[in-house]
Amino acid sequence: MDTTSLSLANPKPPFTSPGQKWATAIGSIGLLLLLLAWLNIGPIFNSIYFWSSILLLAIGVVWYSIDMYKNTPAGIKNNGVWFDSLTNKGLWAWVLGVFVTGFYVVLYWNPHLMGYNAEGSNTGLVHFFDPLSMLLKGQPASQWFVYGTLYTFAIFFFGIKYIIKYRHNRYQIIRTISVMFFQLAFAFLLPEILEGLNSDKAYFGKDFKNIWPLNYYFYHDWHLNGMLDGGKLGMFALVWGILLTFVVTPILTYFYGKRWYCSWVCGCGGLAETAGDPFRHLSDKSLKAWKIERYLIYSVLVFAVVMTALVLYSFFTGSGQFLFINTFQVREWYGFLIGAAFSGVVGVGFYPLMGSRVWCRFGCPMAAILGLQQKFFSRFRITTNGGQCISCGNCSTYCEMGIDVRWYAQRGQDIVRASCVGCGVCSAVCPRGVLRLENSGKISDRAKAIRNEVITADVHSAE
Amino acid sequence: MKNILIIGNGVSGITAARHLRKLGDDKITVISKETDHFFSRTALMYIYMGHMKYEHTKPYEDWFWKKNNISLMRAEVSDIDFDLKRVKLNGKKFKDSAFKTNLTELSYDILILATGSASNKFGWPGQDLNQVHGMYSFQDLEQLEKASPFLKRGVIVGGGLIGIELAEMMHSRHKEVTMLVREPSYWNNVLPPEESEMVNQQIIMNHIDLRLGTELKEILSDDNNNARAVVTGDGEEISCQFVGLTAGVHPNVKWLKDSELAINRGILVDEYLRTNKPDVYAIGDCVELQNPPKGRRAIEPIWYVGRIMGETLAHTIARSPIKYNPGHWFNSAKFLDLEYQVYGNVPANIVSPLSSYFWKSEDGLKSLRLVYEIATNHVVGVNLMGLRFRQEICEEWFDNHFTLEEVVKDLDRAHFDPEFYKKYYKEIETHLAHN
Ligand SMILES: Cc1cc2nc3c(=O)[nH]c(=O)nc-3n(C[C@H](O)[C@H](O)[C@H](O)COP(=O)(O)OP(=O)(O)OC[C@H]3O[C@@H](n4cnc5c(N)ncnc54)[C@H](O)[C@@H]3O)c2cc1C
Ligand code: SF4
Ligand code: SF4
Repeated sequence: MDTTSLSLANPKPPFTSPGQKWATAIGSIGLLLLLLAWLNIGPIFNSIYFWSSILLLAIGVVWYSIDMYKNTPAGIKNNGVWFDSLTNKGLWAWVLGVFVTGFYVVLYWNPHLMGYNAEGSNTGLVHFFDPLSMLLKGQPASQWFVYGTLYTFAIFFFGIKYIIKYRHNRYQIIRTISVMFFQLAFAFLLPEILEGLNSDKAYFGKDFKNIWPLNYYFYHDWHLNGMLDGGKLGMFALVWGILLTFVVTPILTYFYGKRWYCSWVCGCGGLAETAGDPFRHLSDKSLKAWKIERYLIYSVLVFAVVMTALVLYSFFTGSGQFLFINTFQVREWYGFLIGAAFSGVVGVGFYPLMGSRVWCRFGCPMAAILGLQQKFFSRFRITTNGGQCISCGNCSTYCEMGIDVRWYAQRGQDIVRASCVGCGVCSAVCPRGVLRLENSGKISDRAKAIRNEVITADVHSAE
Repeated sequence: MKNILIIGNGVSGITAARHLRKLGDDKITVISKETDHFFSRTALMYIYMGHMKYEHTKPYEDWFWKKNNISLMRAEVSDIDFDLKRVKLNGKKFKDSAFKTNLTELSYDILILATGSASNKFGWPGQDLNQVHGMYSFQDLEQLEKASPFLKRGVIVGGGLIGIELAEMMHSRHKEVTMLVREPSYWNNVLPPEESEMVNQQIIMNHIDLRLGTELKEILSDDNNNARAVVTGDGEEISCQFVGLTAGVHPNVKWLKDSELAINRGILVDEYLRTNKPDVYAIGDCVELQNPPKGRRAIEPIWYVGRIMGETLAHTIARSPIKYNPGHWFNSAKFLDLEYQVYGNVPANIVSPLSSYFWKSEDGLKSLRLVYEIATNHVVGVNLMGLRFRQEICEEWFDNHFTLEEVVKDLDRAHFDPEFYKKYYKEIETHLAHN
């Protein structure tokens, strides 16, 4: 049906508050400093400018958020989300999407363009981050250090924005503090500091919440060797890494669902929930998208498992050839296609066009495993409060995983979906308080009992 | 195979259609004049506020209907011939429709009337001017959207559930809003005084100009027949560019008034939702029950009722007759940021043989009221502001005749607020003990 008549004028008033203008200006100066560094404007390379840049960005984001929410009473205020160019796939969304995608292309394949120099001293943007890198690990920065720092800051400061936005909702507040903490401490500070302390040894991953198969290189020969030669810390990394995949993960997922990882701990999830929050509603809710999702994500899982098996085969036999397959090539293709192109370029670059969880929903092999566990043996459910649903659609619209929550809610049916990351936003935006995230043995049968009402066999009925 | 025709693609008509399809393979046709596809009327406000687009308010994707062999038709029915079992279409064309039909008549074996409600107008002078609308249909929303670029102040007449939604809508788009409410406190013909006062506070907190005890006298027009101001009962003139009439709804049956169908305020039906005409049924907002179940009203224009009626009727037609049995009353709403739930019997004016226990949180944003029978102490109603309770537990309390003290000890089981939310149940237990 034609709905153009419903958007005669852009109904969202331009952001007029002086506070928001000042905040934007201040944040822009921080961004400008980064740009000047990237362009190698000489005098910028001074730690004072580096810290100023980070500080200005932080002030910009936080001040903007406070100003945005300070005059509205706490509550769900998604006003104008679908009128705004940035959040409704308009011009600004494209600009941002192209910019972030471009950044990832440089990061993965052309780091020299941002000043990274493996042989000599860095220049440009990477050089700009040297002071912080020296402070943490006594080494100059790399492109990955720049990325990690910006990533962490994004989660941290947009996390603060998120907390202000959901200040009436304790589940959201605590969950966000958790992702901020895990990113800052476990993904950023601890690995960098440990790296500095072990700089004489070969590199191995020191982010102890990064789990295979999300961490796809865990079983690669160089990484296994790195851990085996890495002394006590290396052994710990190896044993802990294996335990994480095969013991810790199933147990926690049994009790809490995949959310314990995907929306409380994981860095990809962390970025999606904070910096990605303004784009969560852009996920595709159609049945078709769900079908594509299932094909894609389980294919990636199979790919990850096969790739790892081949790599391990090579590790133990010393042969780079399995039948007619070159294991090194398989591993490289995985790294290129899944590790870089899918999780980075598409996963984050396409936030403003496809929503914040493209990677988590369509690509992440870890999410695939957790999802299977969640679906078949977990106590986690979203329960529906009797017959209270008014089919309004807020829950489905704001589900970043593209789950048609309303489909279940309006039938009084509990929601048990492999892809649900337990962000709790469906429950938060529901104007009738219909949905509740729960872990309980008692309610799992209830879900099955009500699941009889199916119109045609394949209509959303089976997963 | 029967030929089943349904007039109205709202929740009641569509629920009937879906369940009929689930239970059998009759021919099912749904006619509506409002939109091509079923959408959620309750979400109209969110379209205007920019939370959702129209497409998000459709509970089923467009392919769903064909896949389930339910025919949809966009047309307005103008007349029904009950003897020949035929309906007449008035031939109106819909510019925004993807369906085309040149039919002028349709026959049926079974007819289901699910024509919904229409906004009340009480004969106010000026009620038919431009920029004066109810807020019921998709077309009402289009009118409001059309008026919006020029809209600085809107006046809302009537303080029910739709009135406060309309206020929130305009407020979200930075329009000034004045609400004229005839009663001395918001919705106090439904809410007990304390809860009603909490809503008053909520409205004022959101900078909406709430005029309690104020009636509309007339709406003034400019030279082009546009509303330019309202005059209140005290003679005050409030200039505005839009007037929302939200003083309740009534069954949409005007077009059937001259037919042989038995109609009082709504289409009269028995326990099986049968009208006085053979093979003609009515469900949802347009219905008036001849013998409403105990504790229920004859006309209940709410979402859940339409849904339950649709489901019940499908069973009656496709399987065996079952009586409409809606169970305990429940409803919920949201007044700006204040959530509201009610279960069972909670009159606005609680008098003997009933009494009630009331608790309110310190910040004034949460409350619980338990209505009980004085003679037995049995709890018969639960009213909640800012708290969520589990429906099935509340119904268990009523069915098993829990006393006030037993319910207060059992509150934790009904807890439905999100995880980590503060629980007030110990506080409530102590509070009750000291009262
Ligand atoms: C803004 C708003 C908010 C609401 N919020 C809530 C809420 O939160 N909770 C709640 O319980 N209830 C709520 N309601 C009430 C609820 O939406 C209604 O009770 C429900 O939609 C009624 O459904 P129905 O199927 O009986 O009728 P309707 O949804 O009105 O459907 C009737 C359809 O029949 C069509 N029709 C009528 N006559 C003809 C004809 N002659 N030819 C062709 N087509 C015809 C109409 O165009 C309409 O599309 C709200 C209502 C509104 C307007
Ligand atoms: S279903 Fe709800 S909790 Fe799960 S991912 Fe979607 S919005 Fe989050
Ligand atoms: S947001 Fe709540 S009321 Fe709306 S469709 Fe979802 S569960 Fe139903």
